[in-house]
Amino acid sequence: MEKADYSQYAVVMKGITKRFPGVLANDHVDLFVKKGEIHAIVGENGAGKTTLMSQLYGLIRPDEGKIYINGFEKQIRNPNDAIEAKIGMVHQHFMLVDRLSVVENIVLGKEPVRGPFFDLNRSRKEIRELSKKFGLLVDPDAIIEDLPVGMQQRVEIIKVLYRGAEILILDEPTAVLTPQETNELFEILKNLQKQGRTIILITHKLNEVMAITESVTVMRLGKVTGVVRTSQTNPNQLANMMVGREVLLTVEKDKAHPGEEILQVKNLVVKENRGIEAVRGLSLSVRKGEIVGIAGVAGNGQTELTEAITGLRKVESGKIIFKGEDITNYSPKKRREMGMGHIPEDRLKHGLIKLFPVYYNFILGEHDDSKFSDGVFLKIEEIKKFSEELVKRFDVRPPKIDLLGMNLSGGNQQKVIVAREIAFNPVLMIVSQPTRGLDVGAIEFIHKTLISMRDKGIGILLVSMELEEIFSLSDRILTIYEGQIMGETTPDKTTPEEVGLMMAGHKLEDIRQEA
Amino acid sequence: MNEWIQAILNVFTNPTFYKSTLTQSTPLILAAMGGVFSETTGVTNIALEGIMLMGAFGGVMGSYFTGNPWYGLALGTFFGLAMAALHAWASIKYGADQIISGTALILLAQGITGFALVELFGQPGSTDLVRSIPLVDLGSFKDVPFFGPIFGNLSPFVYMAFASVIFGWILIYKTKLGLRMRSVGNNPEAADTLGINVYNVRYFGVIMSGLFAALGGAYLSIGELGQFTTNMTNGRGFIALAAMIIGNWNPVGAMSASLLFGAATAFNNQLQSQSILNLSTNTQYIFGMIPYIITLIVVAGFIGKSRAPSADGIPYIKE
Repeated sequence: MEKADYSQYAVVMKGITKRFPGVLANDHVDLFVKKGEIHAIVGENGAGKTTLMSQLYGLIRPDEGKIYINGFEKQIRNPNDAIEAKIGMVHQHFMLVDRLSVVENIVLGKEPVRGPFFDLNRSRKEIRELSKKFGLLVDPDAIIEDLPVGMQQRVEIIKVLYRGAEILILDEPTAVLTPQETNELFEILKNLQKQGRTIILITHKLNEVMAITESVTVMRLGKVTGVVRTSQTNPNQLANMMVGREVLLTVEKDKAHPGEEILQVKNLVVKENRGIEAVRGLSLSVRKGEIVGIAGVAGNGQTELTEAITGLRKVESGKIIFKGEDITNYSPKKRREMGMGHIPEDRLKHGLIKLFPVYYNFILGEHDDSKFSDGVFLKIEEIKKFSEELVKRFDVRPPKIDLLGMNLSGGNQQKVIVAREIAFNPVLMIVSQPTRGLDVGAIEFIHKTLISMRDKGIGILLVSMELEEIFSLSDRILTIYEGQIMGETTPDKTTPEEVGLMMAGHKLEDIRQEA
Repeated sequence: MNEWIQAILNVFTNPTFYKSTLTQSTPLILAAMGGVFSETTGVTNIALEGIMLMGAFGGVMGSYFTGNPWYGLALGTFFGLAMAALHAWASIKYGADQIISGTALILLAQGITGFALVELFGQPGSTDLVRSIPLVDLGSFKDVPFFGPIFGNLSPFVYMAFASVIFGWILIYKTKLGLRMRSVGNNPEAADTLGINVYNVRYFGVIMSGLFAALGGAYLSIGELGQFTTNMTNGRGFIALAAMIIGNWNPVGAMSASLLFGAATAFNNQLQSQSILNLSTNTQYIFGMIPYIITLIVVAGFIGKSRAPSADGIPYIKE
């Protein structure tokens, strides 16, 4: 009798509960996804979205609860069970084997064979047919690591379709895409929907939810806090359900009052690790009291640029001028002493030391300052006092200074870094991906802090892959593509589409000429 | 100077050099193939040296007790498989550091063989002579000029070595299992999401490496000589690892690099024995370095160009 109730649903998850040590990741979660709809699951990081979907795909098993597929109860113990139930998942971090070809990746685990051998030709043929049917063009013989991210994602989708999936789960699929690639993806998803597929989309980008979904399940702290039809809601309402309080989706800021130029980069050339030029003759400048945003798809030289400016990477040619002084060959320490702060893109690798307590992390780089050290020994009492103050001022939670860096949440780790960098009164901040992986609340905090630093006259160079962040914070936007600046504009004089075109390698003047 | 050029020419025109290249390469090819199997699935196996040693000792022990060298080969292989199983068990099931596990196994093999040598044969250093695996006699082919002396009378191990390369290449690049091995060695998580049992594939790779490395070791003891001496592998397991790296973890590449090292050793041996050079016995140590110097130069030249499987040496632990 229960079966009949759920027959209109492709997926029903009932009372799903999943506990991890010390965390209730899913707390009696219900999910209803109708056949043939695009259904969004939204929520902050740590809300339990991915955990929920991992259970549907059999990567982990629920402690309690039932799963019904097309009205029938199904035990999904492992991905094989999920594949058999025609469920496929495209993970946030692509599950592709870089060194293998497109075709090898797609058929892996379900390889056509001829006698004892793997039948490459038949695999190729099957993939060509699938690509054609769903409008997903790929070269079957390309090696994954040579493909751009958008293409890799197509491979992931074909992989899922090759296994006959009727229900597709996509975990944050647009996080790594340019606006154009995102639009292409949405076309593909709509096309799949037309062909009768059901799609579950995990995301935290509310404009995407509004653009292509039919209904939404909102999660917060492991619980469902709302289920709505997309047509009957709006981004603000969704954001409030996600966070549990009123959130400012836009950053409030006054007009900038930029002062003199504090950083100049002239014809900079920097190589990446494999010896290829990653920054190719790039020039830019940052003035006091303004935020200069660098927009671009990851891997276009942003990392090398910020590393060169902060002194972590050798400069091949060109100049970096800071406070009127040529600092091209200065050590990172010297640059810090001159007042250059740095919020690195990889918190755990370059931002703090995972195994150090918070109070040591607060003095990294200032450890030999006379305030914290008498030349031989550290002044532990002073350090702790200083740390207690910072923890309070920046609301680091939990407010315990002897907690190890690794035991803080991502948002609080970032707070520790930001607090440290602000505390030594920089005049210039090099900020990379400051909100990557943070939830709405923490993002709001970091954004406010950056704006207040700007208003105090600090110059900020902001590198971000999030176009929204670039638009809401920057006073000027530079777009980087393959190590060169494609054009400079301001948020009020451009559109995300225009910047997206620059991110894909079109020069601003060419775009405007054509328009 | 002239006598040196003459001596080198003598080496290259003598079929003995080419035969010696084959026989010197054989244990390296087999062990390197073992390395390829293990590391393709993502498990570093520096224990090759220890596995070879156990294979060599098992070969002599089996032959000594049964009088049949083929039983010796079976016992040596069994020892090698057991060693590999230990490595697999520690590094796959328990996620142990693979370098530490490998090092421990080398020390274990040296300890066991040293101890058992004295216990069974009553003296340190070397065992009694035992029967070795008979050579493959090609009959009248032996009389063919130049090629006859090279190929006419080779150990079956030489054929096995080259067969293992063909077998390995086909298995890794042309079968479904091989595709899975490569995927597990590069991105075990991805393989796991497609329902591939990462652990089983890795067990297979490591166990196979035990088989091949033990064969390589057994060749040293019962392939020609019929005797085991203390630490008789003498670093060949590591040379085989180097061959595997230079060969870019590819069976054919590993074979080519093994042949290069084999040729270097053969060249050094043959050159020393040239009477026109009038070398004192002391210089043999200098000559003995040739293969290793070549190793250093070649490795330094190749290392940037060869890439290990991405997940090589990283234990896969499911959440």
